[in-house]
Amino acid sequence: MPLTIPREEYMEQGHTACAGCGAALSMRYMLKAAGPKTALAIPACCWSVVPGEFPATNLKVPLLYTPFAAAGAAISGLREGLDAQGKEDYNVFAFAGDGGTADIGLQGLSAAMERGHNVIYIMYDNEAYMNTGIQRSGSTPYGAWTTTTPVGMKRDFKKQNKKFVADLMIAQNVPYVATATIGYPEDLERKISIAKSIKGPKFIQILSPCPPGWYHNSADTVKISRLAVESKVFPLYEFRNGKFSLFKPGKTARLTDYLSLQGRFAHLKDDEIKVIEESVNERWSYLLKKEQS
Amino acid sequence: MPFLPITYASTSTKILSSWRTSKPVIDYTKCTRCAICWKFCPDVAIDLVVDSRLKSPNEKFSSLEAPSIDYDHCKGCGICETECPFGAIEMVREEE
Repeated sequence: MPLTIPREEYMEQGHTACAGCGAALSMRYMLKAAGPKTALAIPACCWSVVPGEFPATNLKVPLLYTPFAAAGAAISGLREGLDAQGKEDYNVFAFAGDGGTADIGLQGLSAAMERGHNVIYIMYDNEAYMNTGIQRSGSTPYGAWTTTTPVGMKRDFKKQNKKFVADLMIAQNVPYVATATIGYPEDLERKISIAKSIKGPKFIQILSPCPPGWYHNSADTVKISRLAVESKVFPLYEFRNGKFSLFKPGKTARLTDYLSLQGRFAHLKDDEIKVIEESVNERWSYLLKKEQS
Repeated sequence: MPFLPITYASTSTKILSSWRTSKPVIDYTKCTRCAICWKFCPDVAIDLVVDSRLKSPNEKFSSLEAPSIDYDHCKGCGICETECPFGAIEMVREEE
């Protein structure tokens, strides 16, 4: 049977990610598309512990750990250094979590994109600070339980909406911006390949479900990421040279199908689900309008 | 200087089989060698091998690459069971 994604593995077995980790799948697909000529910078996030303890690593590409806020700055330097050595065929990637992108690393990311280095910034979005114990981040959606937005006698779930970093990057007019998820590996691989072919800064946001943080069964990781797209909670889109295109899923799912699989939304009442539904529909029509304009 | 990590030791020698509570078992008579389980494994614990001993009722499938689970690295997440479109993978509880 012909394989739909490249066969070569640049991520090996023996890493320390949890069972059913979405971020591990993101890295696996990303490296398959990126190939061996890749330099990687990882700020503090789950992936700064997943490769294994020194000197062992499960990645077959060079890896640079950076401080939390410095992923954008580190890839800018890596790129310019490689260019000075004449190694322009190498691709420089940042692989950062949502905390290191949406909150702490936002200035570094924004500055790297503004300076226009030829780099690819990957944000794997697991919607909270999962590595340190599920604290709320800017990318956590409305209604979610986290350890800093607890739900008990007092229902203190997150009352703010998710920050869409890919939208911020479009506002900054980055040459290539895309959202992807692990439920569609062929689409993810295609988007990384396109990003590799474009000169200039690129940004890709990958939704990566997290079984311990989202309180779902580890077997449902891929199913949930697919449901997120089908229920329009996480729309897949591409922005290339000023042109915006939105992926319209062939199969649609109800919002409750997506929410009911996750324990972090288990406390929600009907009127709160309605609030989520309204904001999802509002965002979908906003994106449709953006595509037509 | 080669463009490689300065110290490179692979983690693939680590045994992680103690992490799981149940293990996936493939029924090769139902498997159509579509490689979807290989595609969605976050632990890269499914290899594609050509093994004539893995019999399938359909002769066409027997000569194709079949998925084979690496039980040293499988963490038993169960994604392969959920994603298999033919129900050929079953999670079996690990014995003590």
